[in-house]
Amino acid sequence: MNLVTDTVAWLLDPANWGGNQGIGMRLFEHIAFSGISIAVAIAFAVPVGIWIGHTGRYASLGFNLANLGRALPSLAIIGLVLPVTAAIDPQLGFKVYPTLVAMVVLAVPPILVNTQAGVAGVDRDLVEAARAMGLTEGQIVRRVELPLAVAPILAGLRSASVQVIATATLGAFFGGGGLGRFLVEGIAQRDDGKTFGGVVLVAALALAAEAAFVVLQRLIRSPGALRMETSRAATSAA
Amino acid sequence: MIDWAWAADHLDELLERVVQHAFFAGLAVGIGFVITLGLAIWAARRPVVRAPIVSISGILYTIPSVALFTALVPVTGLAIQTAVIPLILYTFLIFLRNMLAGLDGVAPDVLEAADAMGYGRWQRLLRVELPLALPLIVGGVRLATVSTIGLVTVSGILGDRFGGLGFFIFEGYRRSFPTEIAFGALPTIFLAIAADVLLQRIQRRLTPWAPRTMRPIDPGRGTVVGSAA
Repeated sequence: MNLVTDTVAWLLDPANWGGNQGIGMRLFEHIAFSGISIAVAIAFAVPVGIWIGHTGRYASLGFNLANLGRALPSLAIIGLVLPVTAAIDPQLGFKVYPTLVAMVVLAVPPILVNTQAGVAGVDRDLVEAARAMGLTEGQIVRRVELPLAVAPILAGLRSASVQVIATATLGAFFGGGGLGRFLVEGIAQRDDGKTFGGVVLVAALALAAEAAFVVLQRLIRSPGALRMETSRAATSAA
Repeated sequence: MIDWAWAADHLDELLERVVQHAFFAGLAVGIGFVITLGLAIWAARRPVVRAPIVSISGILYTIPSVALFTALVPVTGLAIQTAVIPLILYTFLIFLRNMLAGLDGVAPDVLEAADAMGYGRWQRLLRVELPLALPLIVGGVRLATVSTIGLVTVSGILGDRFGGLGFFIFEGYRRSFPTEIAFGALPTIFLAIAADVLLQRIQRRLTPWAPRTMRPIDPGRGTVVGSAA
């Protein structure tokens, strides 16, 4: 089992962790790129999703966008964006931007469609009651709909993060940074320890992000929603 | 910016890659479907195995494709299995979620009626449960196909013999040749959309009773989509 010992040895060698191209830096790049892409996608998708969900206007738009997003493979987006960004910025346009654009494009549909479905799925009686109590539309969104839509929005973020982390890995084959670099370099240098060390790190990061969302989904629930769930469970049990 | 002469010169190569692309995707979706159908029926019958099967499929689905393709190289070498096995594994979660949702959705009254009519376990499954689950199962095939067509391109990291249309994207990048990149990227998108539209037609033919608003569960788009609308 040469491969396993090589991989473990590579992962445990402190020399591979430090420096500009070490595991620490690559991990930071991977997380930073993913975080930035998700943040940009949230800034666009959450407000639009709330608006569509709240007003009910253009409701099919979100679903169609999600369909379109599925038909756009990450590699195709990187490929199509590359010539454009390369023409604009010959330095980074060939490296970082195409992957970042692909990551944002892929993160928008799951966040948008889940925000929209989450807000639209809030019991209309509750919204009517809030309106009757004199809440403005903005207050209804902030105090009623958003807290009740937290779970689906998080589910959307979770799907988006899986895609984004995978796409960041792919970006390393197009001059980007992140943990995918170890796969690119390991394959090129025929260094099995490095290649599979990279595979382990990439898989571990993706699974850690997934696990973090599972924990977050349990933690961040509105107390009101929790109470409703328990009372509903109690009624149905009775 | 686009070198049309080059594109016209390479149409036969394009056709070869389209065939390879469709072959990889078709093989993966077909094998994935058969395996998952067995797993779903098993999971629906034995609640004990259900959670582990779903969790393992979920974990596989989470691992980035680049890593899974690479991880198989020492096991299978650079053979067709190296590209197809990860593609099969990625269909598991999509199929499983939709098959289970379909089977779960069969009303208890219906099952009881079938039992009362004297259907055996397998007869009930074949004549009652699977037909009622069909709209979601077919919807799952549609999602899995479109998603697999996208993932086939990534297998291009394994070398020039792989990747389907993705080959042009990788080679175009190595040669800094935008025409070749677009030559791979645009047909990939076209293929995915064509498969989506075609399978939607088939879905409507095959299960005309399914409500138009029914949406299959897409794990790549979060859990809510399936239950919404």
